Amino acid sequence: MLTILFDGVAYGMLLFVLACGLSVTLGLMNFVNLAHGSFAMAGGYITLVLVNRAGVPFFAGLPIAFIATALIGVLFERTLYVHVYGKSHLDQVLFTIGLVFMSVAAVDYVMGSQQVFIEIPSVLQGRFEFFGVGIGRYRLLIIVLCGLLTVGLQLILSGTRFGSRLRASVDDARVARGLGINVNAVFTLTFAFGSGLAGLGGALGAEILGLDPTFPLKYMVYFLIVVTVGGTSSITGPFVASLLIGIADVAGKYYVPKFGAFVIYTIMIIVLILRPQGLFARATGK
Amino acid sequence: MPSSLVEQVSKHLAARARWKPLEYAFWLAAVASVFLLPGRHLILTEIAWLALFALSLDLILGYAGIISLGHAAFFGLGSYTAALLAKHGIISEPVLALIVSGLAAAVLGFGTSFLVLRGSDLTRLMVTLGVALIMREIANQIPEITGGADGLQGVIVGPILGIFQFDIFGHVSYLYCLAVLFVLFLLARRIVYSPFGLSLRAVKGNSLRASSIGISVNARLVAIYTFAAFYAGVAGALLAQTTSFASLDVFSFERSADLLLVLIIGGTGYLYGGLIGAVIFKLMQDWIANLTPQYWQFWIGLVLVLIVLVGRERISLLTGGVRALAERVTRRFTPGATPPPYAPPLAGKGSEQLPGEGR
Amino acid sequence: MPVVLETVNLEKHFGGIAAVAGVSLKVEKGARHALIGPNGAGKTTVINLLTGVLRPSAGRIVLEGEDITSLEAYRRVRRGLARTFQINQLFLDLTPLETVGLAISERMGLGGQWWRHVGTNSTVVAELVEILERFHLTDVMYARTGNLPYGKQRLLEIALAIACRPQVLLLDEPAAGVPEEERHEILATVAALPAHVTVLLIEHDMDIVFSFADRISVLVNGALFVDGPPEEVARDPRVKAVYLGESLDG
Repeated sequence: MLTILFDGVAYGMLLFVLACGLSVTLGLMNFVNLAHGSFAMAGGYITLVLVNRAGVPFFAGLPIAFIATALIGVLFERTLYVHVYGKSHLDQVLFTIGLVFMSVAAVDYVMGSQQVFIEIPSVLQGRFEFFGVGIGRYRLLIIVLCGLLTVGLQLILSGTRFGSRLRASVDDARVARGLGINVNAVFTLTFAFGSGLAGLGGALGAEILGLDPTFPLKYMVYFLIVVTVGGTSSITGPFVASLLIGIADVAGKYYVPKFGAFVIYTIMIIVLILRPQGLFARATGK
Repeated sequence: MPSSLVEQVSKHLAARARWKPLEYAFWLAAVASVFLLPGRHLILTEIAWLALFALSLDLILGYAGIISLGHAAFFGLGSYTAALLAKHGIISEPVLALIVSGLAAAVLGFGTSFLVLRGSDLTRLMVTLGVALIMREIANQIPEITGGADGLQGVIVGPILGIFQFDIFGHVSYLYCLAVLFVLFLLARRIVYSPFGLSLRAVKGNSLRASSIGISVNARLVAIYTFAAFYAGVAGALLAQTTSFASLDVFSFERSADLLLVLIIGGTGYLYGGLIGAVIFKLMQDWIANLTPQYWQFWIGLVLVLIVLVGRERISLLTGGVRALAERVTRRFTPGATPPPYAPPLAGKGSEQLPGEGR
Repeated sequence: MPVVLETVNLEKHFGGIAAVAGVSLKVEKGARHALIGPNGAGKTTVINLLTGVLRPSAGRIVLEGEDITSLEAYRRVRRGLARTFQINQLFLDLTPLETVGLAISERMGLGGQWWRHVGTNSTVVAELVEILERFHLTDVMYARTGNLPYGKQRLLEIALAIACRPQVLLLDEPAAGVPEEERHEILATVAALPAHVTVLLIEHDMDIVFSFADRISVLVNGALFVDGPPEEVARDPRVKAVYLGESLDG
């Protein structure tokens, strides 16, 4: 059972890295980016090409995936997303769904529709026993890496000037502008960072979640659940929500395979009934 | 003089509800297509049930302001219900099965309506998406009933009213779907022009004020949501009956997303948007699928992106010369946009919005 | 005169802050009762509590002898309590005709009707026209509300509340934001309200308050400070102290 817990935690942390960019974008720019999964997919496929075809070492491929996806994020943000910021949520949803459809079809065209696997180094393959608990090496890497990222994010947010600017902009963009904070630059940087994280998550997650052109559609719901359950006003909210969902999903699929998938949907609906703003949103929730 | 003003207002209101020449033209064209386009009845059938499906979404989105990413839940339930009723011979007469399927979807609509009453647009998106995904998963998990990923085979649909047997050219299908669409459209039109329909538009525009003039907002929303679910279920049933098949993709996210596109193309809030959008969407889909059968989703996505970038109001005027004319004839300023957020509205309404503001 | 609306130790807390603290307000039937106080005193919060937009943390609200504390907002309207908003809350895409007509038909219980077209009920139309004429909105009644000048919107805001035929009308700064030229029309409308309708008015402008009100309650930091007839309130040195620099000589 502890193995399930371990796997669930790994899954959850992966979800967190994937989804936290979406959470910040939503909280910061009030923008519903359903295409967030496309950035994750991009990161995954970029790493695939680098590692499988160009012989780049896996551990080098990960940061490259992050940077490359972040750059793609900047590009899209400046050229496309910026035109849609002020529009209604419905418009944003339609717009990003359109992007998802385009990305799914484009990747299908270029890379083919079959599921692909990134070659992971042998040191990460297999499991070992630790006090009777089966520890998958790859999953251990995920937990360590994502844990470090989470801590790093929290430090950036609370300890740096950029973090302060970001938190100010999330809280009230108009006031932040009045204080001289270049909110647009904060947006772009944050969007890039969030996309980069998604890309990294996509690369890391290929082994566990499976990578194919339908990835953005398959996992859209998971990201959205993390964000709605966790709220958008903190890092801890989505973090705890991701863990909850990761563990619930893994445990659900293991113990009640027929109903495993329902577990998270049901959690989401229950949370939304009880607290429409998410479990961790501020009381003055926007 | 007061009495003549009352008369004038009464006449104005009566004129608003009366059928416009363009409406007659639309339905005449629809009937004409039965005789003039016999070779295209198969695609016309698809347009007909898609139009009904889009109409049902317009009722909740265009009139009540409820954003749904999971309207396919009701469509799918109607579809499977109709298919199962036919397959197992429980109800072989299609019209009766149609009604039962619609009612099944309505029950689901009623049961899930409380989820869309509270919360922001995002919450509604999530919740409706979740419900549709749950329905899909349920269907997936009981393959012994639904046929699972392979779909439900062996559906045999009886003759309509015991007389009209479905044929392979789609003649009977099209007449059937068109008739159902027309009848349900009449009903919807009646509702939309009634005090109830007006109250929906008020709720969409400002639910706070609506409750402040005595409107029970939740009750109205539940009513229209259930009603729209019925319509969506009927549309799904039409699909199942005209294709003798039902599969998991009736619940899919793509179906809900495509439906949004259909309605957006035609324009929301004036009832004909779904119908016009269905025509344009199906023709577009047909055309694109002939060019690139495998990647047509790319072009659909592109259309969505472009529509939003150009602006939905402008698109509506472009593609809906009909709509612009209709607006002028009915003298209604029909909104294509979603309801304004509850924030101090600026008289005169600036459209300058910076990111982070304006929820 | 009998008390038609009262609050009993009404309280509202937001987090640790008491926006409204132990307010016991009594409004008499037919009164022209003004609720005044400095900015942030909690006046709009009181209105929101009275109308059901907010739930009180403690205390009761009694309308014509009936405890309505847990009654939903729309039900209170049906019991005869209507309000206007400080910042217009209108249906921007509807016309004044549709807006007022909607309020009237809702009041008459026709709101749930789905089978008759709007406008087929002659009683509704007659009353609709009468109200539009009374509020000088007939010249713009076919226009989209969002396109109307602010003054007309403000008139519609009040007309909409009147269309509910309330026994008690809560006016939240009716002349707020209205350009100088159009203020007198608003004020004349308020002054011409039927005598049997009880009016609770929130206002900042002391000229309006003293020309209109027969009773004044002063709210400061969420608590009732002074409550009495205008002359009494005007003379009270504590009120003058609260409104530093403001002249209270009506």
